[in-house]
Amino acid sequence: MKICITSHGATLEALAEERFGRAPFFIIVDTDTGSFESLENPFAGAGGGVGPRAAQLIIAHQVTALVSGMVGGNAREVLIAAGIHLYEYRAGGTVKDALDQFNKKTLECIV
Amino acid sequence: MKIAVASGKGGTGKTMVAANLAFTLAQTCQVTLVDCDVEEPNLHLFFPAPATAKDVTVPVPVIDEKICDRCGKCGEFCQYGALTVLRDRVLFFPELCHSCGGCMLVCPKNAIHEEPKRVGIVTNATPMQRLNLVSGYLDAGNPFAVPVIRAAKTATAGDCLVILDASPGTSCPVVETLDGCDACILVTESTPFGLHDLQLAVDVADRLGIPAGVVINRSDGKDQETLDFCTNHDLDMMMTIPFDRGIAAIQSRGDLLCRVRPEWLKAFSALYSKCCALVGED
Repeated sequence: MKICITSHGATLEALAEERFGRAPFFIIVDTDTGSFESLENPFAGAGGGVGPRAAQLIIAHQVTALVSGMVGGNAREVLIAAGIHLYEYRAGGTVKDALDQFNKKTLECIV
Repeated sequence: MKIAVASGKGGTGKTMVAANLAFTLAQTCQVTLVDCDVEEPNLHLFFPAPATAKDVTVPVPVIDEKICDRCGKCGEFCQYGALTVLRDRVLFFPELCHSCGGCMLVCPKNAIHEEPKRVGIVTNATPMQRLNLVSGYLDAGNPFAVPVIRAAKTATAGDCLVILDASPGTSCPVVETLDGCDACILVTESTPFGLHDLQLAVDVADRLGIPAGVVINRSDGKDQETLDFCTNHDLDMMMTIPFDRGIAAIQSRGDLLCRVRPEWLKAFSALYSKCCALVGED
């Protein structure tokens, strides 16, 4: 399955980002193979309405789960409607740390 | 003649100046006072009177799900994130919509039409002979003040003498209020914040090409910095209102300085004359 982890940078070693809509990068990981691609968030510095637009972007990448810190109401509504599960990671570690915890099923599923 | 009262900093006394100026002018001629501080209108507190109200609406898109094939064009177009197109439906977030109508234009199926959504009201009252009070009220929870301000201004379009009370700050609501005015009174106070935000407000009036003058309210007499700023920027120092507990008490109980102390009528008449001089009228 493909999951999205919000990140400060383009690699697995970058710190995980707690914000969703304004996260600088989205790391899309294929949990079956461990391969990943990084996606620079074009809405990180946009004026407003970034939540739903970022949600639309990760939906287009066919992810089934999102690992992030805080997700706003509008983005959450979009993610729920698209059937994407939301897992909370706020431990302050790297993308890899967040991924490990996701794989160990220790992250709380919020939605 | 349209005169806006603005300030930059909040709480300097815009409403006090606007209310007393309108009260003074209404002694001799027909005047319209407009409350453009639609997020927190308060001029009606100084001029209580029965009012009639009209809804202010903005157009928002409505999508015909039977015609829409979820092509995604509207969602890609919307820069405000108000439309999200999913595989089986389109989500619309009305509070993000700027009513630009673009989604309707880009829809290849003509599946989108617009319907009005209420964002506030504009009220109209006649609290005094020769004084018409128009107030804009933005509905709670609505983020866009500009359409309500525009509606309030439109309601006074044909009036000859209009005083507009702006909101604090220098953002869109203030620009919308100042747009089309002949002169601008900038109210400041004897504090560093008052001067700092006055400088920002002067910049806005300047960029809009509206001649401005300055009123110092609650003056403690130590206004040299403000006076120097006005001199350096060729701004007319129009009036100084002293820091006075008695004036504060009048204002706080919803009364008007010029009603309680009629000797101030002359000062506010002079303020109006100075506005006319700014515009080059007698």
